Amino acid sequence: MTNSPSTTSPEAPGLARPHTRHFGSAAVWALSAAIIGYALVFGGYMATIVAFALIYAVFVSGLNVFMGLTAQVSFGQSAFAAIGGYTSAVLTTTYEWAPLPGMVAGLVFALVAAFLIGFPTLRLKGHYLAMATLAIGLITYEIAVEWESVTQGYLGISGIPPLGIGPFEAVSDRAILSVLSVIVVILAFAVTRIRRSRLGRAFSAVAGSEEAAGALGINVSRYKLVSFLIAAAIASLSGSLFVHVVGYVSPEVFGLHMVILAFTMVYIGGLGTVAGPLIGALIISILPEVFRGMKDYQDLAYGVTMILILIYAPKGIAGVAGALDARRSA
Amino acid sequence: MTAILEVTKATRRFGGLVAVNDVSFKVSSTGVTAVIGPNGAGKTTLFNIISGSIPPSEGAILLAGEDVTALKPEAKAARGLVRTFQLVKLFQDLTATENVKVGFHLKSRGGLLAALFQPAWAKQAERDAEEKAAALLDLVGLSKVARTSASVLPYGQQRLLEIARALAAEPRILLLDEPAAGLNAEESERLAKTIRRIAADGTAVLLIEHDMKLVMDIADEVVVLDYGRKIAQGTPEAVKKDPAVLAAYLG
Repeated sequence: MTNSPSTTSPEAPGLARPHTRHFGSAAVWALSAAIIGYALVFGGYMATIVAFALIYAVFVSGLNVFMGLTAQVSFGQSAFAAIGGYTSAVLTTTYEWAPLPGMVAGLVFALVAAFLIGFPTLRLKGHYLAMATLAIGLITYEIAVEWESVTQGYLGISGIPPLGIGPFEAVSDRAILSVLSVIVVILAFAVTRIRRSRLGRAFSAVAGSEEAAGALGINVSRYKLVSFLIAAAIASLSGSLFVHVVGYVSPEVFGLHMVILAFTMVYIGGLGTVAGPLIGALIISILPEVFRGMKDYQDLAYGVTMILILIYAPKGIAGVAGALDARRSA
Repeated sequence: MTAILEVTKATRRFGGLVAVNDVSFKVSSTGVTAVIGPNGAGKTTLFNIISGSIPPSEGAILLAGEDVTALKPEAKAARGLVRTFQLVKLFQDLTATENVKVGFHLKSRGGLLAALFQPAWAKQAERDAEEKAAALLDLVGLSKVARTSASVLPYGQQRLLEIARALAAEPRILLLDEPAAGLNAEESERLAKTIRRIAADGTAVLLIEHDMKLVMDIADEVVVLDYGRKIAQGTPEAVKKDPAVLAAYLG
């Protein structure tokens, strides 16, 4: 389902029509930009909603590498967000580190944890892997609750400083939205490049057929692990961003709820697409606000909308846009 | 003859059933070798032992003199033994060109950093892969569908694409598992030409096949299995007249 080959084969010069070919994908990006632009201009409550959506977009981008590009299932990515978030929180409050080194430390811890967990579990297949990852999420939650001397249990850690480098601090809604938008765009760019690389093709091969991948010399468990590590690193980043933006962290933040929400976002946005995590996160975050006026019927309207999207866009919003582009250029 | 592959006393038991029983033969490093036999003769089991998807109960597989019996498929691929599948296993979401480019995995390098920062050598490697993929698709006659998703190709073209993808790994020996299964006469013809061409270009080919006509047309050497045992080996002409082979096939 790639819709943007980087070169055109000499046999098929008629296939390239650059000005029409990315129309659908461009529309998805334009819609996302419009929503973020609205929040930037009008600020207020909408800015808070969109900021949370962008943090989720970061988390979902990681999940998308593991689930979309490599077709593996993990219910435990929230564990790595928790490791990143708590490391940032503890280091910047108790030990008074600056946010950036705290974030890097969180990243390192998350990668080490992901390696220790991923190395044995990624040899498991299908349901077993899903179950193992679910356990990881639950164990991390319990640790966050019980390890009170460090995490302060249910009470949580407050007074976490805002995002910042040196004298610059992202305190205002606009500054926060700008920083988060830049990070999301960089991640989308990175995913685009991964998809078109040797690494991305190895991921696709694992997703397509592990047997065929092995027959071509691809070390399947090694590439699953690489994909898992990338996803864990991005999850850790999203956890750190969360605690700095909100200024507070508690175990509930990284509970099972986070995983379910992220799954909804990745499917509604479009599994394995570049724009999917962003548009999915924005829509899933904003929909409840749109339906808030309907009071008692709010949940019903939300549910019906989800079902309609999945009926008419089974590959997600960005997936359908990509398919339209492919048809237009064929 | 120099042998690229040597199967020595290969035996595989499944419980009480002996699917492959003490089979030994050599595959020449040039030309086409075929393994034939009636249904249930143990062809597929033998093929899986050679490619590494299952270990033999006894016996050894030598690749260019090296014992590779216990190696996994990816390790065998790295040493130049690449297989295709009886039920085609393409990467459905990728285009024909992208499928072939996956085949270059062993012959290229580059991980996450190369993907993200795209240094000059990585870009050059990508251009080379694009060119070589086009050449391989041309070899199997699929240039016209280079940008088409593998999932929508007709079955015959999917088989040819799988062969092109395997060739991308530059095998010293290419294993084809029933390549003519499910092909019509015209597609079968195209396949026969392609296999001859691959052998002529210097890659040894070992194929397991049901289609006798294809085997007689393209094989230089034929190994015949029946009830897990090797009952004959020789040129297609010699094998065709062998009384043991006639008995196995006719009655």
